[in-house]
Amino acid sequence: MSELFKLGIKEAVEGLEKGDFTSEDIVNSLIKRYEEKNGEIGAYLTFDAEGALEAARLNPKAVPIAVKDLINVKGQPCTCASKILKGYVSPYDATVISNMKANGFIPAGRVNMDEFAMGSSTENSALGVTRNPFDLTRVPGGSSGGSAAAVGADMCIAALGTDTGGSIRQPASFCNCVGVKPSYGRVSRYGVTAFASSLDQVGPMTKSVEDAAILLKALAGVDPKDGTSSDAQVPDYPSLIKGASMKGVKIGIAKEYFNVTGMDEEVKRITDEAIKKCEEAGAELHEVSLPHTEYAMAVYYIIAPAEASANLARFDGVRYGHRSELAKDVFSLYTKSRAEGFGPEVKRRIIMGTYVLSSGYYDAYFGRAQKVRTLIKRDFDEVFTKVDALITPCAPTPAFKIGDLQDPLTMYLNDLFTIPSSLAGVCACAVPAGFTTAGLPVGVQFISGALCEDRLLSISKAFEDISK
Amino acid sequence: MGAAKIDVKYVSELARLELTEEEMAVFQPQLENIVKYVEKISAVDVDGVEPMINGNTIVNRFREDVVAESLPSEDALNNAPKRVGDEFLLPKIVEGAES
Repeated sequence: MSELFKLGIKEAVEGLEKGDFTSEDIVNSLIKRYEEKNGEIGAYLTFDAEGALEAARLNPKAVPIAVKDLINVKGQPCTCASKILKGYVSPYDATVISNMKANGFIPAGRVNMDEFAMGSSTENSALGVTRNPFDLTRVPGGSSGGSAAAVGADMCIAALGTDTGGSIRQPASFCNCVGVKPSYGRVSRYGVTAFASSLDQVGPMTKSVEDAAILLKALAGVDPKDGTSSDAQVPDYPSLIKGASMKGVKIGIAKEYFNVTGMDEEVKRITDEAIKKCEEAGAELHEVSLPHTEYAMAVYYIIAPAEASANLARFDGVRYGHRSELAKDVFSLYTKSRAEGFGPEVKRRIIMGTYVLSSGYYDAYFGRAQKVRTLIKRDFDEVFTKVDALITPCAPTPAFKIGDLQDPLTMYLNDLFTIPSSLAGVCACAVPAGFTTAGLPVGVQFISGALCEDRLLSISKAFEDISK
Repeated sequence: MGAAKIDVKYVSELARLELTEEEMAVFQPQLENIVKYVEKISAVDVDGVEPMINGNTIVNRFREDVVAESLPSEDALNNAPKRVGDEFLLPKIVEGAES
């Protein structure tokens, strides 16, 4: 019982049902693990041990889940890894949290991230460094780097992440986890601090595809508090993926995702091997094309900062968050509170977003980007008339060294393979595929159509089975 | 779109974000670089293409206009940097008014 922290959701649920252990036992094991490991890995920003134990005593069969620090849990901090929200205490539960609680889960611990989810390495956190559990000199990826490191280091049973342009899938690949970016609207965004509202989704980061299916089932569904949440019925993912097989599955290989400059040789090798395994297991491979892929990064780095600049206007020092001591009038209250509270990447994106929305530039940048986004979505619509899923790398490289990517644009290019599907609003899943010779994990990404998570998870499960 | 021109100082004022001289010196070339990169979308023919405004196509989901439970004001005020009673306390806004 001392190593309960190693469990995934499925084993934890089974053990709890059988009475082998209680939720409190799991939480105690996680606390011990936290005390041993968090100093070197830094996955968690805070872990309210007393609060988690109390929740576990009240729900003796509940599975504890680590929560990315931008999702509101009543009574807990929610800093978004930003100085501007230091000391903030959530007055309510996000819908994903109430859904979790209603389905046998309890939140336990707040995990690190890039400030306001802006970044691909968790280095933009203003509150602490998170290290890759497979190599402590390397980043865990981002922005859900704390979630990925916690899962990869067995410091949680599973975690919640959020994904705007790859923030679940890239860190999952770097830390050997499964990470699902649900279709836009599959999961409610209410109570999740907004970065780019037309892209943000919450998703599970887990130790297996089955765990992801269980947790996604609990999170998903229509929410009256989020007008963009889909009212499509939530399928019973865990039972639908049972007996999943690659036989006859049509897998698309999009040429735009291969032969990319800057692609690591080992990532290429592992991805090629993954494709071969799918074929050997009975999948039909189809070469396909998504011709507007080359514009996706540019579209994203217009739309996401634009939406962020509007969303982050709420941090003005008035109702919550940091207020500058130097404020003399209302203008300096805004400008100084924001100057002192936000970190450099957040400032850059607010300026970029304000610029592309400003008078004289709106049509050329934001308006045009929204139209190109339509073309990117049409590429996916067209491809999914021919194939069940696409297989691609998650990121061009394995985890890179802390401090290695200093130029913002170079860092942005890390999300090359995850951004197009985010723009299209479809669902995607990162699944562990192998390790480099240096022992760094590499995942592959499967992408399916909007609200086709059942298909996505089945294919991911079949891949997981054959790649073990 | 032509040459990338972004006046970081001016835009930061629009964004109500005070930048130091050092920050401006760092951001100006970085943002010029990013703006230059995103300008590649000018090459795409978007004639007659509708903009994609959201991640899905759900529009105008209405609900009955009925009173429901909302956040108690005490909970909403708990995170206020400064407050007086049931109100947020702010610096004087109207110039020349009694403070």
